[in-house]
Amino acid sequence: MTSRPKFFDAVNAALIGIISILCILPMLLVLMVSFTDEASIKQFGYQLFPSELSLDAYKLLLFGSTPLYQSYMISIFVTVIGTILAVTITSMAGYTLAAKHIRYRNGLGLFFFITMVFNTGLVPWYLINLNLGMNNTIWALIIPSLVFNPFNLFLVRNYMSQIPPSLTEAAKIDGASDFYIAFRIFFPLCMPVLATITLFYGIAYWNNWFNAIMLVDNEKLYPLQYLLFKLNSEISMIQQMQSSGAILGSQTLPQESVKMATAILTIGPVVLFYPFLQRYFIKGLLIGSVKE
Amino acid sequence: MKKNRSGFLREIRSNGSAYLLVVPAAIYTLVFGYFTLPYMLIAFQKFNFKTGLFNSAWVGFDNFKFFFSSPRALEVTFNTLKLNFLFIMVGTLAAMALAILFNELRSRWFSRVTQSTILFPHFLSWVIVSYIVYSLLSTDYGILNRILAFFHVDPVNWYASPQYWTWILTTAAVWKDIGMNLVIYLAAITGIDDSYYEAGRIDGASRWQLIRHITIPLMLPTITILTLLALGKIMYGSFDMIYAIVKDNGLLYPTVDVIDTYVFRSLRTIGNPAQAMAVGLYQSVVGFILVWGSNKIVKKVNPDHALF
Repeated sequence: MTSRPKFFDAVNAALIGIISILCILPMLLVLMVSFTDEASIKQFGYQLFPSELSLDAYKLLLFGSTPLYQSYMISIFVTVIGTILAVTITSMAGYTLAAKHIRYRNGLGLFFFITMVFNTGLVPWYLINLNLGMNNTIWALIIPSLVFNPFNLFLVRNYMSQIPPSLTEAAKIDGASDFYIAFRIFFPLCMPVLATITLFYGIAYWNNWFNAIMLVDNEKLYPLQYLLFKLNSEISMIQQMQSSGAILGSQTLPQESVKMATAILTIGPVVLFYPFLQRYFIKGLLIGSVKE
Repeated sequence: MKKNRSGFLREIRSNGSAYLLVVPAAIYTLVFGYFTLPYMLIAFQKFNFKTGLFNSAWVGFDNFKFFFSSPRALEVTFNTLKLNFLFIMVGTLAAMALAILFNELRSRWFSRVTQSTILFPHFLSWVIVSYIVYSLLSTDYGILNRILAFFHVDPVNWYASPQYWTWILTTAAVWKDIGMNLVIYLAAITGIDDSYYEAGRIDGASRWQLIRHITIPLMLPTITILTLLALGKIMYGSFDMIYAIVKDNGLLYPTVDVIDTYVFRSLRTIGNPAQAMAVGLYQSVVGFILVWGSNKIVKKVNPDHALF
């Protein structure tokens, strides 16, 4: 009888092992192609174990005159500034919505909630942004649909509601204002949920290309993800890099591996922060989805 | 009435700084939420950018007629419902099965490592995923055609064969989000009281019987709720995914073009906001009815989990 569970455990572990490998294997393929010699790709296609390795794609991207640096700067700027703004706006509103001494907190909650349930869609959103003059400015990548998300607001509110109101009352008696209570008492107590929404917003900013495709035509403002999107469909972008092909000392442009190398450089930061991301992401999911 | 008003003023005066904290979020929601509502009216106009919302001519239901009289209306509606339904159902079942397997794992270390690899794709943008799909399916260099060749199967021109794309997209969606669902479902399983399992074991239940009669029935309420809420949003979404992977590849429209991509193209490629808005209005109204309906059902199943 004891051998059967052991057998089951082994099969189970093997199955899970295979599934988890399948989840990253396609990513590894992209990584390997980015290191593959162009002639070898032309001959054998994309390979997980390339016949001939080459650093040409990275040389071109890092030392050539490519739009990569510009886009990297845009993405970093947008992600950092956007996330700071978003987390500040969201946690401030979360405090008021959770504060039990605020009479209209439920009405305010409803005001935010309605926009979550009824979605007017793409067209009004686009027209509002044109009217605000967002198009072709860096703000188009920061403000519309990214800088505030009601889902995150309710995440913060629910977390803050658990803090006993006696704490606020005591601080009020000592003469503290709501500003002081929010920033000096509540926010430090709510670090786990604030870390979680920082992560949610950060990822949303880094991965966003929707705002760019809708509102940005100026190449100088392309965030990384949109550059990558364009790279796959517009060969001309790669041909622009041809001028810098000289640094490779060869005439053929490593077109295929350059695309894949750009993809790899785009997820670089995600991989770098992954341990942090994963930890707070799981925490956030559990705060948000499973009610006790 | 008067008393009420002074109550309002007193509330604002005494808690002013708290209300001030909510102002940025409120302005944002007002502008990007409520102020978008009037623009829905352009669905009934012959809108152009010069005359704007207030001076464009009214044309009644012409924009709707244009959409609903074309065969595309049925096609994109069907594709939206089909793809989202498959994403939700296949995704839920796969994650549920995986969560049960994970719950049976003995090694905590192994569980943690495999969970983090399975969660990884969730953090990738759909643009990145489109590169992955391309590296697998590209006709010239894709690895899948090489594998087919190895088994002496003729190569497939994937990007010109719409019949495969329903399942290609479903696979991509499940692949990307299974890790997230796994975390949620594992939490639901962990929440199950241990005493049920102890009682089962005392009665001599096998591991499979414990799964079948305790784990599955007790995780089902959580899953039902999440699935219903997801089904409510079935009219929306997937623009990021489908447009990143398929782009403007007309060959694949018959199976993958959805309302969101159709609206996008009407607006940005064809440049007709009014027609795009007509389709968007149809999507919003049907979408809202579905959200409302699914919430009503959730309320019946478990009032605590209802959205409103």
